[in-house]
Amino acid sequence: MYRIKSGGLINRNKELNFSFNGKNFVGYEGDTLSSALLGNGIHLVGRSFKYHRPRGIFSSGSEEPSALVQLEEKNFTEPNIRATTVKLYDGLVSNSQNHVGSLSWDFMRINDYLSTFLSAGFYYKTFMWPKAFWEKVYEPIIRNAAGLGKLSKESDPSKYDKGYLHCDLLVIGAGPAGLYSALIAARTGAKIIVVDEDFILGGSFNGENININDNICSDWVKSILSELNSLKNVRLMSSTTLYGSFDHGIYGALEVKSYNSKNTITKPRHILWKIYSKFSVLCTGALERSILFENNDLPGIMLSKSVRHYCNRWGVIPGNNISIYTNNDDGWETAKDLKKAGCNVVCIIDQRSNIKPPIENIDHILGRNIVKAKGNLRISSIKLDNGRIINTDCLAVSGGYNPNLHLTCHQRGKPKWNEVNHCFVPHNPPKTMEVIGAANGLFNHEEMFNDSKIKLTKILRNLGFRKIAVEKVNISKKVYQISPFPKKIPEGKIWVDLQNDVTVKDIKLAVHEGFHSVELLKRYTTLGMATDQGKNSNVLGLSVLSLIKNKTMHEVGTTIFRPPFTPVPIGAFAGRSRGKHFKPFRLTPSHNWAKSNNAVFVEAGNWLRAQWYPIKGEKTWRESVDREVIQTRNNVGICDVTTLGKIDIKGKDSGAFLNFVYANNFGKLPVGKVRYGLMLRDDGIAFDDGTTARFSENHFVMTTTTANAVTVFRHLEFCKQCLKPDWDVHLISTTDHWAQFAIAGPKSRKLLQEICDPKIDISNDKFPFMACAKITVLEGIPARLFRISFSGELAYEIAVPRRYADFFVKKISEIGKKYSLVPYGTEALGVMRIEKGHAAGNELNGQTTAHNLGLGKMVSKLNDCVGNTMSERDELNKDDALKLVGFIPTNKKQQLVAGSHFIEKGQIANLENDQGWMSSVAFSPMLNHSIGLGYIKRGNQRYGEKVNAVNPLKNEITEVEIHSPHFYDPEGELLRG
Amino acid sequence: MIIQHPDLGPRDSSEFVYKGDAELLFRPERTENADQEIFHDYLYLRNNPAGKHRELWYHEYGDRSWLVVTRDTTNHEILKVEYVKDYIKSYKVK
Amino acid sequence: MNYSGLKIFWEGLTGNKGWNKVWKEPTPKKEYDIIIIGGGGHGLSTAYYLSNKFNVNNVAVLEKGWLGSGNIGRNTTIIRSNYLLPENQPFYEFSLKLWENLENDTNYNSMVSQRGVLNLFHSDGQRDAFVRRGNSMILSGADANLLNDVELKELCPYLDFENARFPIKGALLQKRGGTVRHDAVAWGYARGADAKGVDIIQNCEVDGFIIKNGKCIGVETNKGVIKAKKIASCVAGSSGKLMSKAGIRLPIESHVLQAFVSEGLKPILDNVITFGAGHFYVSQSDKGGLVFGGDIDGYNSYAQRGNLPVVEDVCEGGMAIMPMIGRARLLRMWGGIMDMSMDGSPFIDKTHIKGLYFNGGWCYGGFKATPASGYCYAHLLAKDEPHPVAEDYKLDRFLKGKIIDEKGQGAQPNLH
Repeated sequence: MYRIKSGGLINRNKELNFSFNGKNFVGYEGDTLSSALLGNGIHLVGRSFKYHRPRGIFSSGSEEPSALVQLEEKNFTEPNIRATTVKLYDGLVSNSQNHVGSLSWDFMRINDYLSTFLSAGFYYKTFMWPKAFWEKVYEPIIRNAAGLGKLSKESDPSKYDKGYLHCDLLVIGAGPAGLYSALIAARTGAKIIVVDEDFILGGSFNGENININDNICSDWVKSILSELNSLKNVRLMSSTTLYGSFDHGIYGALEVKSYNSKNTITKPRHILWKIYSKFSVLCTGALERSILFENNDLPGIMLSKSVRHYCNRWGVIPGNNISIYTNNDDGWETAKDLKKAGCNVVCIIDQRSNIKPPIENIDHILGRNIVKAKGNLRISSIKLDNGRIINTDCLAVSGGYNPNLHLTCHQRGKPKWNEVNHCFVPHNPPKTMEVIGAANGLFNHEEMFNDSKIKLTKILRNLGFRKIAVEKVNISKKVYQISPFPKKIPEGKIWVDLQNDVTVKDIKLAVHEGFHSVELLKRYTTLGMATDQGKNSNVLGLSVLSLIKNKTMHEVGTTIFRPPFTPVPIGAFAGRSRGKHFKPFRLTPSHNWAKSNNAVFVEAGNWLRAQWYPIKGEKTWRESVDREVIQTRNNVGICDVTTLGKIDIKGKDSGAFLNFVYANNFGKLPVGKVRYGLMLRDDGIAFDDGTTARFSENHFVMTTTTANAVTVFRHLEFCKQCLKPDWDVHLISTTDHWAQFAIAGPKSRKLLQEICDPKIDISNDKFPFMACAKITVLEGIPARLFRISFSGELAYEIAVPRRYADFFVKKISEIGKKYSLVPYGTEALGVMRIEKGHAAGNELNGQTTAHNLGLGKMVSKLNDCVGNTMSERDELNKDDALKLVGFIPTNKKQQLVAGSHFIEKGQIANLENDQGWMSSVAFSPMLNHSIGLGYIKRGNQRYGEKVNAVNPLKNEITEVEIHSPHFYDPEGELLRG
Repeated sequence: MIIQHPDLGPRDSSEFVYKGDAELLFRPERTENADQEIFHDYLYLRNNPAGKHRELWYHEYGDRSWLVVTRDTTNHEILKVEYVKDYIKSYKVK
Repeated sequence: MNYSGLKIFWEGLTGNKGWNKVWKEPTPKKEYDIIIIGGGGHGLSTAYYLSNKFNVNNVAVLEKGWLGSGNIGRNTTIIRSNYLLPENQPFYEFSLKLWENLENDTNYNSMVSQRGVLNLFHSDGQRDAFVRRGNSMILSGADANLLNDVELKELCPYLDFENARFPIKGALLQKRGGTVRHDAVAWGYARGADAKGVDIIQNCEVDGFIIKNGKCIGVETNKGVIKAKKIASCVAGSSGKLMSKAGIRLPIESHVLQAFVSEGLKPILDNVITFGAGHFYVSQSDKGGLVFGGDIDGYNSYAQRGNLPVVEDVCEGGMAIMPMIGRARLLRMWGGIMDMSMDGSPFIDKTHIKGLYFNGGWCYGGFKATPASGYCYAHLLAKDEPHPVAEDYKLDRFLKGKIIDEKGQGAQPNLH
C-alpha cells in the first residue's frame, strides 16, 4: 500500500493537508479524498447502515456505496459525502459517520452478531407489544440507530445559484465516447455542451493504461480537450453532474464549484443548471459490479477497475498483496497494470475455466470461485471452493459491467437484458437522446468509436449540420468476454447491498414470504434504496432473484431509476430563493413615504403594506389603530389601496361583457358612475368583489380584491378569449400603473378640493356618492376620482399615475395637516370595514355564496352570467343556509375570537350542534367594544338572539348577540353626505 | 416542458397557467329552463384521457394568450399548439 | 401465523425457515361475491374490512401490477384528521382512530407514529382560518392545539423565525397526526384479508366490464372472465381510465404529484411540518430520510413523473422555513397519479350501473384515508348503504350543489 513515485494525474509537488477522524494526513493536488486516504493506507472509513459492519473504500466514482464521510465542521458540515468524488483541498476536514464509539470499535456492531434476529422486514413482525412502547421505546431507538451522517441543525451558510443553458447537442459524459462525439459535433459548428461529473474530463481514459493513436490514452484526451477548448461553440463543464432528464430535452445539472466551504459564503458553492437541448448523447460509460461470496463486504474488497484507476490515475496501490477475482477479461487488465506498476499481484482467480489467459505472466487460478473472505476490519484472506486459502490484503473484484443507463429511464424507458454481455442495456430512451458506447452495452473501444461515428453523423444531419469530418482513431481491439451469473449461490452471509446491509439471505426470505416482484423485494428488504440507489446492488440482487425464481433476468426486470442520478443538495434546488428572497417583494407606491412615517409593514401576498403607523408614546398596536380609526372617522385619513387589482376594459361590448362576468347588472350603469360588483365562479360560489366605474360608453375601470387581482384578470381573459371570442372587448391590467389612495372621513371633500385643479367641482350635488370622473390634481397631474367608501365615511379613492405617487402623497399629507389628516394602515382599514359589515377575504373564502353573503338578490336571474345557473342548485339555497351577520359580546368587556363556532345556548358543543363560525373580529373604537362578523344558520332572521361563540382550542365560551352586520352608521348617511 | 407558442416560439411551460380540458371552450348558454344538468356536465365531467388530450393553457407570463395544446398525457409529448380562436374556427368547420 | 418478538426469536434460532408466505397466490375462481379492482391501499383495506368486520369472505382483489403498486407505494406517509368541513372531518377522524389501532387489528407493525402534524401560519387571516379549523376538529372529537410563535419555537427551534420572507407566527398542531410506514399498510391488510380467505390476485389487469341489462356482472381480465355479484372499482389515479371502460365519465382529472426523499440522516425532525406560505411539507422517516413534497405539477398526466419547476418550488419552500436542510441531499424524486376531483374531496358511492361501485377522487390525500376508505367502502358493499361518516362522498353531489371544497377553489382540480 503506497504511492508510486511517478505517473498519473496528480501533482506530487503540491502537497495538501487534510484530516480524517482527527488525524492529519498529506495528499496531492489531483487526489480525491479516497485516493488520498488510500495513499495513506486508510481503508476503513465507515460503518454500514444496519449491522454496522466495517466499510472501506469500494469504488473510485460517484457510485460509491461505502466510503461516506461527514465533510467539514460546525455549520459547514455536510453528511454522506462520497470520499471518491471530493477533490482534495488543503485543510479538508473529514470524519467517519454512523458509529457509537470509535470507528474501529463500534458498539452498534452488536447488530451484526444479532443479525439472525434482524432478518429482512423483521420490524414489521414485532415491536407491537405493549402498544405504547412503539412510540416511547422501540421507535426512538430505531431512529437513533438509523440515518447516516448529521446535519448541523443550523442554517446552511453557503450560497447557491442557478442558470439556464441552451445548446444544439448536449454531450453527457466526457469519457472516450463523449469526447469523441463532442469533437465530431464541435467541428460542424453546432453549439454543444459537454458535462462530466469528474473534476477532470476524460472519464475512464484518465485511469487506463492503453494506447490510442500510439500514445497513452490520457494524452489523446488532452489533445481533444485542447481543440474543444479552442472552439467558441463548445462549453466544457467539469464537476457537473447531469442529474436528471426531463420532458422535451430539458436536463438538470449540478455544477460543484467547491466543496471547500471557505469559498462559498460569498461565491456560490454549487450551481444548478437547467440545460435546454435539441438533442443529447448519453456517453456515461459503465459501472463495474461485484461478485457474491461470503463476507464480500470487508474493507479491502474493491472494484477491479477502481483499483486499476487508483493505480494509474492517482499512483496509489491499495494493498501490498493484491488478488483479483473476475468473471470477465477486464479483471486481467487490472492485474496487468498493477504488475506493471510494481505491485505484488498474488494471483487472479477467474470463474471461467475454458479460457486462455488474456495476459501472460500472472499467477492465475481458472474455473474457481471464492466462497469466503476473512478479516476483521480489513480483508486478510480468501477461501476458494476447493478449500484453498490465499492470504491477501486487497481483493479487486470484477463481476462485469452495467451500462450507466439511468438517464434513459428518467422518462420511464425500461432497460432490456442483454444475454451476450450479461447486463441491462438501454431501451426506449427519451426521443431526443441517443446512447453511445459502454452506456449502450458496447464494452469494446473500437466498436464504441464506430458507434459514435455513425450515430453522430445521423444526429448532426438531422440537426441541420452537414459538414461532418470524422477524426480517425487507432485503438487496439479489446475483447470483452464474460461468464454468466453462477447457477448456484454460495452459502453464508453474502452482501448484495453494501450500505443497507441486504444479504442474499434477506432476498431468499423475502421471496419465500411472497415478496418476489422486484418492487416488492426492494421495498421489503430495502435493496437498492441506499444513497447509491442500487447502482452497485441492483443487478446483483436481481441475479439472486432470477436464480431463486428460475426466471430470466429479462423476466425479472429492474426497478425504476428515478432522478437524480446522484444526490443533489436541497439548497442547490432552492438557489437564491431563500430567506427574504424566497419571493420578490411588491412595494406600494407610497412605501417610502410610509416608511418615513414610521409604518409597520405586513405581508399581503407578495405585497408589503403599511399595517399601522405608530406615533410617539403609543405602546401597543391597538392604541395606534384605534387612533387611526377615530381620527379618520372624525377628520380624514389616507390609505394606499394600490394593491387592489385594476383592470381597464374597453370596447363596444364592454357593457355586455361586464354583465356576463359579474352576477349583477352593469350594462345600464350610467357614464360617470361606479357600481359595486359581485363576481361568481363558474360553479356559482362567490369569487371576488369590487367596484367598476364607467368613464365612457365603452370604457370601464374595474377593481378587484388584492388577493384575487391575478386570478380575476386571468378569468376575464378566459371569458373574453375563450367564451366570447367574437366580442369587442379589450382588457389590460393597470394595477401597477395607477397608484390609488383612499381618502376617507368627514373632511375628505375639503381636503380634496384643495388639491383638485380649480375648475373641478366635487360638491355633493355635482359629485355624489358613487360618482367617478377623470380629473387633474396639483396643477395638472391626471387622476381618476371615485366617490366610493369602504370605511363608511364620506370618502373617495383617487388614482394618479404611479410616477407621481410619491409626490402626490407627500403633498397631500402636507396640505392635509390642517384637516388633521392621518395615514391609516390595513388594520384600521379592517376595523372600519368590519364596523360597516363589508365582506373581505375571511368572508369571501371560496366557500360562500351570494346567498350566504346576503347578496342573493343581486344575482341576475335573467341574463346569462358566469355562475348564476350553478348558484341556483338546491343545496346552495337551503332555508337554513348560513348568513353573514354581526356579533357583539353580551359582556362588552369580552374580546371575540375569529374562528369561534356558534352553538345554541344550552347545547353541547359538538359538530352536530355547530351553527356556523365567526369569520372576522375587531375592536371597534367607535363602539368601544369587540365586534365580529360571521356566518350562522338563518342569521338574518335571528337578530337579537343570544348564542355561544365557542373556542374549544382555548376552552373559551363567549355569549354573543346576533346583530346586523352594520355596526356603524347602519343607514349609510355619512357616506352620502 | 416546452410549449411551442404559435408566434413566440418555444416557451418554458412555467410561463403558462394550466386550466384543463379544451371542451371548457364550449360553454352552454343559460336558457329559460336554466338547465343545471347541462351546466353540470360542462363544468364537472371533463375529458381525462390517458393519451391525446386537448387542453387550455394561458400564457400568463407572456402575451396573455389562451392556447389549445394537444398533448399526450402518457408521455407529455406535445403534438399541436393553437390559439383558441383558431381552434374554435377549425372545430366549427368540423 | 402470529407475529411477535418471541416468534422472531424462535425463528432466529432455527434459521428463519418457518416463516409462512404472507399471502397466497391463488388462481382466480370463476365467480366471487365481490371483486375489488385495485390491490393498492384502499382496495386491500376494503378487502380486509369486508372479510374481518363484515364477514364477507368470497372476495377477490385484482391488481394489475404488484401488490401495493399504486399510490400506497409512492406517497409521503402522513396521517392526520385536521380537516375543516363537517362532511370530511368525521371521516378522517374515524380513519385516524383506525390507524391508532391498526397494529392490534392486523398483527402487523406498520409503524404508526403519532409524531404530531404542524401547519404553520404566517398571517392573521391564516390564523383565523386555522382557529376555525382547529375548533371544527375538536367539535368532531379530534385533537387540536394552536401554538403561538413562542410555543412553536420551543418545539421547532430550527424554523426560520428571524429571516423568513413570510414570518412564522404559529401553527395548528394535531398531536395525534403523524406518519406510517406506507408499504407495510398494504402488506398488513393483504395478510389479514388473505388469512380470511380473500383471493389476492396480482398481475391481473381488468380490460373491461361485463354489463348486461344495466347491471355489471363481471370483468374481463388478462386471466379470463371473472364474475361477481358486485364489482368495486378502487383504483385512484387510474379511475378515469378504468371507469371509461364502463362508459362512465367522472368529475375527476388525473394529475401527477411528485414526492421526494433525502439521503438518510440522524434524527433532526420530529414532527410533520407544513409550510403555510408556499408548497412544502416534510417529515423524517424512521430510516432517516427527509420525506417531502409540495404541489402537484398542475397538468393532466398519467406519466408518473413530473418536471423541474415543481422540484425547485418545493425545495425553495423547504429552505424558506428550515434553511438547515440546505446541505441535505435529495436522493430520489418520483411521481404518482392523483385522482383530482372537482372539489378536492373523494367519492365512495354506487354508480348508476347496478352492481358497479366506485371509490376514488382522493386527490393527494388518499393515504391517510386508507383505513376509513376501506372500512366505509366495505360497509357500502356489504350493506348497500353508505357508512355515516362517508355519506356525503356521492358522485351526484355536484348536480345537487353539495360541494365539499376544503380549499375553496371551485371546479379547478389542479388547485385543490
